[in-house]
Amino acid sequence: MAIRPADTFAEIPEVATRTSRWWAATRDFARRRPLGAIGAVIVLVNIVVGLGANVFAAYDPLATDYGAMLARPSMAHWLGTDAFGRDVLSRIIFGSRTAMIVGFACAFFGATVGAVIGVASAYFGGKVDLLIQRVMDIFLSFPLIILALAVVSILGTGITNVILAITVPMIPRASLVARSSALSIREMPYVDAARAAGFRHRRIILRHMLPNVMAPYLIMLTAFLGQAILLEASLSFLGLGVAEPTPAWGLMLRGAAVQFAEQAPWMAIFPGLAISLAVFAFNLFGDSLRDALDPKLRTQ
Amino acid sequence: MIRYIIKRVVLMIPTLLSVAVLVFFLMRVVPGDIVELRFAGESAFAQKEQLDIERARLGLDQPIWTQFLTWMGGILRFDFGTSMWTGATILEEIRLRFALSLQLAIMATAIAVLLAIPLGVLAAVKQDTWVDYVVRIFSIAGLATPSFWLGIMFILLLLIVFHWLPPMVYTPFWQNPIQNLAQLIWPALAVGYRYSAVATRMTRSALLEVLREDYIRTARSKGLWQQLILSRHALKNALLPVLTVIALEFAFLMGALVVTEQVFNLNGLGLLFVESVAHRDYTLTQALVLLVAFVFIFVNFMVDLAYAWIDPRIRFR
Repeated sequence: MAIRPADTFAEIPEVATRTSRWWAATRDFARRRPLGAIGAVIVLVNIVVGLGANVFAAYDPLATDYGAMLARPSMAHWLGTDAFGRDVLSRIIFGSRTAMIVGFACAFFGATVGAVIGVASAYFGGKVDLLIQRVMDIFLSFPLIILALAVVSILGTGITNVILAITVPMIPRASLVARSSALSIREMPYVDAARAAGFRHRRIILRHMLPNVMAPYLIMLTAFLGQAILLEASLSFLGLGVAEPTPAWGLMLRGAAVQFAEQAPWMAIFPGLAISLAVFAFNLFGDSLRDALDPKLRTQ
Repeated sequence: MIRYIIKRVVLMIPTLLSVAVLVFFLMRVVPGDIVELRFAGESAFAQKEQLDIERARLGLDQPIWTQFLTWMGGILRFDFGTSMWTGATILEEIRLRFALSLQLAIMATAIAVLLAIPLGVLAAVKQDTWVDYVVRIFSIAGLATPSFWLGIMFILLLLIVFHWLPPMVYTPFWQNPIQNLAQLIWPALAVGYRYSAVATRMTRSALLEVLREDYIRTARSKGLWQQLILSRHALKNALLPVLTVIALEFAFLMGALVVTEQVFNLNGLGLLFVESVAHRDYTLTQALVLLVAFVFIFVNFMVDLAYAWIDPRIRFR
């Protein structure tokens, strides 16, 4: 086997510049958009806490302790306990895992399926486009939560069904945005070239057009993340989302939290703060990402 | 203009029809029907004949197309039927609750607009100063805070600080306005804050865009004062997207109410909707979904008409 030092040498600086370019871009983002960087840090902390919930939580989130029901925040229970004596902080930490799973799954599937439909709609145009858009319009005239309610009542509660219930109403919204940016891409010469080369529709849509709606796609993805977490919390609060005893932030605010609000306000305060902080961070990051990726889009 | 209005009203029909078809068949796909649910509570082993009698009474034994056409025929005569669960007429079930939810929605919108436009203008005029940052953080926080949690916090605050709870029994506005407002202002604030956040961001960005226009520079160079430029030249042109966003969010408002009404124990449309879906009360759910879709379409229609009033360049065809 011949050793070819020239190749190995060529390889190393290539990798190095790429990582350093990423690093430089990250640093640049942090310097120019401090609010976005703060958001990104909180998001990262959330993900890490969610992934390592077993390590960070001091208690089993399901373990009941009837000796310590509705205990005030103390050294043993930093954020107090709930009506079953379960540690609120541990439940919030494990709830972060639920929120991240639901958030990322919904945002990813919602934005991706929506983008594919939107791009395909723009690519085919004509009657297909008209038909798809009318169907999407019908879905859009339902409020998000009402559509989600319908899906949950068809399929029942549980985490996968909640993900589906939140994803379905996101698809038409994503398709609308993707379609509007794909309309101009369709007129680009390279799409004509691909068509002239005899590529199949699927290949043109997936390989040639989809990568070019990446900026609106990423923007939608981050916007959906926060919305999905909020929706999951609302559905769980209504008793239509994640089922007990799974730790979820919205679920923690249900029932006893309101009932014992005066004696044990910590039960109502902290899970809500967790929701707000997580969504706040995703929104901050998403806003800055939007400004960075697409200066033409206005900061709302 | 008249022709445009007629055209828009006619165009509402296919949309509403497809919403009706969708909800009708969606409800039939949902496993479990109202008869099973009702008898499941009473005895574990209800007679099959008994279930069939009840189904026949509700007209559920007929072919699905007959059911659909009967329902559609009723709607044409403004007869939405009776609730399958309570037996009361749909119009009666909805009337009082609609008044409550509508009042709440209007109050929340008013709060949102009263907060959003001054804050948005302030942020745009003082762009990139601390004022701008404070307003932006306030509005991003509004988007992030679940309105139902904010509602719980309001109740908690009132309880702990003032030892006072808002009245839990609904009084119509014309009977006792003070009692009515004392109850509804809290949920309206909770929902309105989120609502205002969206509108504030839109006001700020739209105004920033307008302030860069040539005619604003012209107005400045004429020596007009800032206030007049803002109120007469800039704001009026910036209001268009703000209005759009407010109308779009009106639909979300109905959704937010579903959850917030629960917190304040308000017997509004939101609660009715959740219950009717849980009971598989087909007739009531269908009527409610149609109502929500109609409100959404109607609000968008009104906004389109308002465009012409705000921006005379827009012509309707």
